[in-house]
Amino acid sequence: MKTNTTTGDGFNIEINGTVGTPFTDNAKMGSRNCDVFYADKQAIFDINLDIGKHEIIAMIGPSGCGKSTYLRVLNRMNDTIPICRVTGEHTLDDEDIYAKKMDPVLLRARVGMVFQKPNPFPKSIYDNVAYGARLHGLASNRSELDDLVEASLIKAGLFKEVKDDLQKSGTGLSGGQQQRLCIARAIAVDPEVILMDEPTSALDPIATALIEELMDELRQNYTIAIVTHSMQQAARVSQRTAYFHMGKLVEVNATDKVFTNPEHQLTENYITGRFG
Amino acid sequence: MPFQTLLITLVALLIFSYFIGHKRSIAVSTLHKGRRNLHSRPHYYGYMVAIWAGLPALLILFLWSAFSASMVTSLTISGLPDSMQLKTHDELGLIINEVKNIIEAGQISNETDLVKRNAAIHYQRLHNISSLAKTVVVLVAALLGLLLSWRMIKPETRARNRVEAVVRWAMIGCASIAVLTTVGIVFSVLFESLHFFQSVPASEFLFGTKWSPQTAIRADQVGGSGSFGAIPLFLGTLLISLIALLIAVPLGLMSAIYLSEYASKRFRAFAKPTLEILAGIPTVVYGFFAALTVAPFLRDVGESMGLSVASESALAAGLVMGIMIIPFVSSLSDDVISAVPQAMRDGAYGMGATQSEAILQVVIPAALPGIVGGVLLAASRAIGETMIVVMAAGLSAKLTINPLEAVTTVTVQIVTLLTGDQEFDSPKTLAAFALGLGLFVITLLLNVLALHIIRKYREEYE
Repeated sequence: MKTNTTTGDGFNIEINGTVGTPFTDNAKMGSRNCDVFYADKQAIFDINLDIGKHEIIAMIGPSGCGKSTYLRVLNRMNDTIPICRVTGEHTLDDEDIYAKKMDPVLLRARVGMVFQKPNPFPKSIYDNVAYGARLHGLASNRSELDDLVEASLIKAGLFKEVKDDLQKSGTGLSGGQQQRLCIARAIAVDPEVILMDEPTSALDPIATALIEELMDELRQNYTIAIVTHSMQQAARVSQRTAYFHMGKLVEVNATDKVFTNPEHQLTENYITGRFG
Repeated sequence: MPFQTLLITLVALLIFSYFIGHKRSIAVSTLHKGRRNLHSRPHYYGYMVAIWAGLPALLILFLWSAFSASMVTSLTISGLPDSMQLKTHDELGLIINEVKNIIEAGQISNETDLVKRNAAIHYQRLHNISSLAKTVVVLVAALLGLLLSWRMIKPETRARNRVEAVVRWAMIGCASIAVLTTVGIVFSVLFESLHFFQSVPASEFLFGTKWSPQTAIRADQVGGSGSFGAIPLFLGTLLISLIALLIAVPLGLMSAIYLSEYASKRFRAFAKPTLEILAGIPTVVYGFFAALTVAPFLRDVGESMGLSVASESALAAGLVMGIMIIPFVSSLSDDVISAVPQAMRDGAYGMGATQSEAILQVVIPAALPGIVGGVLLAASRAIGETMIVVMAAGLSAKLTINPLEAVTTVTVQIVTLLTGDQEFDSPKTLAAFALGLGLFVITLLLNVLALHIIRKYREEYE
């Protein structure tokens, strides 16, 4: 069954649904028949995907392929864009996250997000990390909050560098430190899933390596979905890789397989650098 | 040549110089291996020659015109016979005025008073010399400038940089006019105030609680010696400004938040300019609105609740003033709130914050310096506002903080002190300068305070 042909890379290659293994047995989150529209323009076409517990799934693909848009479906960040419409079934632990009774605000506490550009609040380091905890009442007194802030900073690998400067502004840190502060801020509310939207694209290689190490540790406790433009990064950190192309999910497979023996011609073209 | 003719001649010469310079540079360049060898493009040489020809000549023309009249006058006075030199300054001024009138009426030959007639002849002669000399000097300066700069046109002359330097000085000149005017106003107010404090002790002005500036005009008149305690006025000003800010800050801030965060684009495009119109309504309209509608309404409401509200109450003036300054708060706050990056909001939403939580805890703190700036602007406006309080707040200087009573403000008193025919050296009129100085100092302190607040609490993003 031919669903679509695509051009632009010199090839006319068909995308017949998703090849590989988009579904898993131990799904933490999942999407079925996901379409996303910006006003009249369809940005995402019929995506079916599971994200397994304690796995890191990398989402790769050329710019404008819809991978960031799909990521924002998973914590309903697209709700903040008035013209954006999401359809399909999306679950977190078999709960429908687009159901009427689901509060998107509470969902975002369970599905945290780290953004492309580090965006610490213009507050002290301490207040940045304590923000979510205060918001959701996670600490009942000051010493509990202190402990929570310290624990989150330790998990994010930032505590040693900032332990004497907790009252200094978070915006005074270096780019890599800021991004780790944002990760600490996200894990302080104890989410189940962390979505990372190109978290290292604004950072230098050393800061990037630190964050990649950190992701590997975080995998013990959290499920992570990362959008990245760096194929090396996807290969280094993820267990499964999803390749997006023009709003469609082309291939999902174990990362090793995607980068050594991709099933789909488009995936191969992309990872071998023929376009993208 | 009269001033206008000379000016037109100079402008014509200036345009002419431009073309000469332009042409000359091209001619020079063809002698030196073509135009690419010329440092600047030909029109810059044109500008350079025009500036050299025009600028010094224009400066001389304006300065000469500004000072020649007083020079001629003082020379005429010193030319008067010795007997006249003993007269006072004012009497001499009168004589000179008469002399000028004689000349203007063309009655020199008919004048019978020999002294005045001689003075008139002397004056006219000096005037003619000055006028002729001005024409000659200005034209010589222009031609000299033209010649000098014409000779400077060479391929290596950096005409572009020279023009740039002149432009730079022109900018500096414009900027200094604003600064110098401010400094001038401050000093003039300061010196007149010092003059005032010679007749009324500063301690009485600053700490006195009784204000009744009616002094006797003549020594033999019955009447008060006047008391100049400014405390009730400043208290009245602060009371009304406070009421105005209590109205304007919450309303303005809330509407700014609504417009920038919640309202649809279409509603915002319509509502923001509408709100800003509030600042464009003439204050005199607000004034009679306050006096004729709001004040009676408040009085009636007060009566029905058993309160006695003065028919010209601080509350009425403050309420209306508060409405007037809403746009100062809302418009500036709206701008700075919109300028807070979307990433800040996304960060808060991503943590599970609701929209209002994100705004209150993240966006507003980040926008605080700008918001404080808007509030400060509104406060300065409220303190200096005159028309509304003249019409709606009353004239009696009562020492009270009860908003239901009539109070008066500093600006109202300045108006009443200076309207009508006044002597300009009586303490009554000079008091206006001291009050003005007081207002100025208060606004200045507010600014310093706001800067301090901003520096201390600012949350810098990026």
